[in-house]
Amino acid sequence: MKHLLQIADLGADGIDEVLRVADTFAEVNRRAIPKVQALRGKTVVSLFFEDSTRTRLSFETAARRLGADVLTFAAGSSSVKKGESLRDTVQTIDALGADAFVVRHASSGVPHQVSTWTEGSVVNAGDGWHEHPTQALLDAYTIRERLGGFAGRRIAIVGDIRHSRVARSNVAAFSALGAEVTLVAPPTLMPPSTEGWPAELSHNLEAVLPKMDVVYLLRVQRERATEALFPSLREYTAHFGLTAARAAMLPAGALIMHPGPMNRGVEIAADVADAENAVITQQVANGLSVRMAVLYLLLGSGVDLAA
Amino acid sequence: MAERERAVASGATAFVSRTQVMSADDVRRAITRIAHEIVERNHGVDDVVLVALQTGGAPIAAKLADELARIEGKTVFVGTLDVAYYRDDYGLRPVLPEAPTDIPMDLTGTTVVLVDDVLFTGRTVRAALNALADFGRTKAVQLAVMVDRGHRELPIRPDYVGKNLPTRRDELVNVRDDGVDLGDKA
Repeated sequence: MKHLLQIADLGADGIDEVLRVADTFAEVNRRAIPKVQALRGKTVVSLFFEDSTRTRLSFETAARRLGADVLTFAAGSSSVKKGESLRDTVQTIDALGADAFVVRHASSGVPHQVSTWTEGSVVNAGDGWHEHPTQALLDAYTIRERLGGFAGRRIAIVGDIRHSRVARSNVAAFSALGAEVTLVAPPTLMPPSTEGWPAELSHNLEAVLPKMDVVYLLRVQRERATEALFPSLREYTAHFGLTAARAAMLPAGALIMHPGPMNRGVEIAADVADAENAVITQQVANGLSVRMAVLYLLLGSGVDLAA
Repeated sequence: MAERERAVASGATAFVSRTQVMSADDVRRAITRIAHEIVERNHGVDDVVLVALQTGGAPIAAKLADELARIEGKTVFVGTLDVAYYRDDYGLRPVLPEAPTDIPMDLTGTTVVLVDDVLFTGRTVRAALNALADFGRTKAVQLAVMVDRGHRELPIRPDYVGKNLPTRRDELVNVRDDGVDLGDKA
């Protein structure tokens, strides 16, 4: 496997292998000097056409801890502003000797398109409403770490499913690993069609919470309120926000997760986000080990992960 | 574990024994002798830490630690190290860790005895030396192996040897609890 564009590229065995290798990098990250030289001489380019804090920093730190060189591209301060096309931008950077592109773009399919223009590997760091596979991998790593495994586990993904690449990648990953996934959202925030999605649907958060091992909250994209998909943020919170009272309906030991950045007081109450069973900062920490595993498996290991 | 021996252990290469070169008793006696040599050379075991190279060094390091405890009445820490992320053969073959690295301590000021089953080209030991440096500044690093089969490609020599065994490059050495065999690829 040369690129990681979507979870389906990996399959259940490939996900398991990424998580196993991520364990070994978690050990590296606990060392006095948390850095190896496994990708020495490789160049990783972070090609971000959309704002990002955690994903870009996480990938760049991961690449550096593997000994790779990192080139950072930020669309706002680049020749894209002078009208340079995506293809010319990629080929210009490619000419500098890139071994991997980590790509984020507001349009679905851009990472795939980039993969046709370069000899290097491409990792999808989020494209439009399509996928964000490394987020799903780090979420799977976190769940496995805390709950031991996926077989028979029930996971609710709550919020703006329609516009969420995180939801699409997570449904694919969690179901491939054997979990039962329930999507919870108002009808306007469900995808136009969920035919073929390996998930149950619900519009009633309180009805599903008592059965869940994990509740995964998606960020409410505030700009969606103006599209009349829900009446107001307050109305959203009233029906779909994880308040302290709703969090108390979860079974003991159930996990509360969020991909960040959080809107405290909207999809998740401030004190719930800091609760003992909220593993949101652990997700970020695990993201580093998981992205090291992905970069190493694509660029260094010589192992073919194809599903 | 040297690359060739790794292929045997993983089952990727079938091993056909030609002769047994050490019996189970020989291996046991070699471990006892090496333990005494470690104690003598380091004037005890107070600062000594054993680090087993995954995967062939682990059972030998465990037995060495038992023997050191018997001789000195002190528990010696045993860590494990997989050198996959420090190898020099990326691109030549698939390189993935096979077993956990577990050294949950700062090695600064300790004398590390690296333990492996077979010393061959020395490339695994070179990788291990680089890896150890990331766990702190050791006072010294020493090397203990059950079999030194020669054919070094780097200026590395062992401090403690179970048996010096002249071999051809294409032969295989198989170290187990019940003895050491010299043989060939099937």
